[in-house]
Amino acid sequence: MLADLQQELRPALTITRREIRDQFRDWRIIAPIIVLTIFFPGLMNFTARQAVNFVAKYGANIVGDRLIPFLLMVVGFFPISISLVIALESFVGEKERRSIEPLLSTPLKDWQLYLGKLLASMAPPLVASYLGTFVYLIGVYFQVGWQPPPTLLAQILTLVVVQTVVMVSGAVVVSTQTTSARAANLLASFIIIPMALLIQAESVVMFWAQYSALWWIILGQLLLAAVLIRMGIAYFNREELLGRELDVIDVRAAGRTFWRYFRGEAHSFGDWYLHEVPRALRRLRLPTLLMVGILGAALLIGAGQASRFPIPPDKLQREDLQQGTIEGVPIFPIATPGGVVAIWWHNLRTLSLATLGGIFSFGVLGVLVVMLPMLIIGYFLATVGTAGYSPLLFFSIFVLPHGIFEIPAMILAGAAILQLGATLLTPSTGRSLGEAWLSALADWAVVMLAVVMPLLLAAAVMEVYVTPRAVLWFFAL
Amino acid sequence: MIETHDLSKTFGDFLAVNGVTIHVKAGEVLALLGPNGAGKTTTIRMLTAILHPTRGWAKVAGYDVLLQPDKVRARVGVLTEQHGLYGRMPADEYLDFYGELYNLEPAFRRKRIAGLLEQFGLGGAAHKRIAEFSKGMRQKLALARTLLHEPPVLLLDEPTSAMDPESARLVRDAIHQLRSEERSIIVCTHNLSEAEELADQIAIIRRGEIIALGTAQTLKQQLLGPPEFELRLGKALNGHLPTLPASVEITARGDTWLRYRTSRPEKDNPALLWQLLSHKMPVFSLQETGGTLEEVYLRAVNAPEEAPHAG
Repeated sequence: MLADLQQELRPALTITRREIRDQFRDWRIIAPIIVLTIFFPGLMNFTARQAVNFVAKYGANIVGDRLIPFLLMVVGFFPISISLVIALESFVGEKERRSIEPLLSTPLKDWQLYLGKLLASMAPPLVASYLGTFVYLIGVYFQVGWQPPPTLLAQILTLVVVQTVVMVSGAVVVSTQTTSARAANLLASFIIIPMALLIQAESVVMFWAQYSALWWIILGQLLLAAVLIRMGIAYFNREELLGRELDVIDVRAAGRTFWRYFRGEAHSFGDWYLHEVPRALRRLRLPTLLMVGILGAALLIGAGQASRFPIPPDKLQREDLQQGTIEGVPIFPIATPGGVVAIWWHNLRTLSLATLGGIFSFGVLGVLVVMLPMLIIGYFLATVGTAGYSPLLFFSIFVLPHGIFEIPAMILAGAAILQLGATLLTPSTGRSLGEAWLSALADWAVVMLAVVMPLLLAAAVMEVYVTPRAVLWFFAL
Repeated sequence: MIETHDLSKTFGDFLAVNGVTIHVKAGEVLALLGPNGAGKTTTIRMLTAILHPTRGWAKVAGYDVLLQPDKVRARVGVLTEQHGLYGRMPADEYLDFYGELYNLEPAFRRKRIAGLLEQFGLGGAAHKRIAEFSKGMRQKLALARTLLHEPPVLLLDEPTSAMDPESARLVRDAIHQLRSEERSIIVCTHNLSEAEELADQIAIIRRGEIIALGTAQTLKQQLLGPPEFELRLGKALNGHLPTLPASVEITARGDTWLRYRTSRPEKDNPALLWQLLSHKMPVFSLQETGGTLEEVYLRAVNAPEEAPHAG
């Protein structure tokens, strides 16, 4: 078993060895690593000592106490920032110099090449980071006698590894979608900017001295790294690497591809509605089931919050809610066509934002937006239950009249958004990432236009003309 | 050893290779000719199991490129159009790296590397960084990498481009040698005389489709008609032509020379010579004129298309 694993890992390690040896032949990589390993920690030691002495004069010792661990984090982070450069050079540089093709012609498996390069991009910066940290800790110990709490040291050392994995695995994803280092560097801003924001958040945590929050940051980044590695493995394959020759965006070709998937085999509108729409819905079967589960869970989570954030039962007595309260509630004009349009437009706008969020978050933000109404419904169902009313009656009167249309619409929209976001994570045999994504976008458009928008319109009509009457009837009881 | 049927590849809605069917036996060389962008490299990449065929199948060294890609890659040596060498590595280290990837035993690897570097005249440059190599040296090193694991199938894209005539001869000799070792070889080249010298079969590819396939002789016959010969004599014919076989057609003539076409030169040429010599007519020379592979190639690639190929 272990021998088999070693045998499988051997080619990956051969790649790693060659790459690291190659990096040590390039002064452009070695010089910053040396500077960040030896000179930079020294500079940070000097800064720490000066700052501690300065703030001590004014009795603000706490600033010095917080600065030293913060600088520890900075010293650890700077060398690993090089890993992004190395990874982009390793993956795209090889594509650009065309040295990847002979490699792909060997019996190497895709994952072996991926792992070999991943390790090669991570190892030197990580070693430099740990060495730098060690140099800083030695210096700070002798200068101000500071020793890190073991938990904090473990957190910083873990954080460094996790951030390296996130940056390198992100760089691989960027590399698979570009053919030149220039294009990759442009796309790398998608990694650099979020990482810069994260470092700022970590800085706040360090100065705030809420070190336990670092575990959550580590966990979040671990999840992100898992997603990026999944994506990297999905798209770091021979077909994707050599099938793509140009970085130029061909809007017309993209438009044609989208239209091909949108129209399907239909020859007329009727044909499209009768055959292509059901086909698109069938393709969304799995995400639809998932959405049903997610919205069910949202309902339960919302109900669970009722005990944490209770509304006093006396505020929920029907007598108190009558008349004035009800009249003050309407946000949209009730029982008018304007109200229908307003509610419909509001829901469409929400779904558009959910789609945008979903595109940039692998579907997660989109699903969260769709979950929100269910969380609220769950919360109110549980709350009215504790106030002595029947949750089923509440649901039948306040939600069901329009929810019978709106909830299926939300489920389907959520499923289409989830599929759109998840396409980026899923390998699609025989299709490029762009084509797979355009096909998911076409499914989204089909479902939105043919099913969700009409359902939401029907829901808006019900919400304006029927639900308020049912609610008034309830209060009149 | 290399067999394909209806091999096709599309990228989006672009049909890069369309219905390629070839068969290259062990000890045979197929030259793949065609303009840039005709689909040669995509075909090679499919045969190396790097790209998946969209339609059709291919077997290389007895293995299916789609179902057994690892086995295919272990048995194929590929010389890519761009060599893809690592400039900062010394030549011997570079070959050793590839030897490891092909899982060659260290002792065998060392011996093989030394032998190949010597064979291609790079023995003295073994420890030199590749960045310092000339274009020709790089080409030879890339070829050495291709042969390192002694593959039974070789796919060579422009094997002699950028080489001086001496080095090109060295490489051509190596290909002759490899053919005699019963390897199947596909050579993509723009050098038509090289293709004619090396290849048992020639395939001309245009817009992803093979438009002509056969031996150089067959293709010449198919595309240019019967071969033309020029006969030069020691004295004037003075209007007295020998009796010519029915299959011989005279295309031009002068006092002391004659040009003719025949579809059966192996019979007609000796018969004609025998007649001339029996009439004591001195023969200076008899040689085939025109009918070069270049003419064949140009005729094939410039022929009007029968049907649109793009999908």
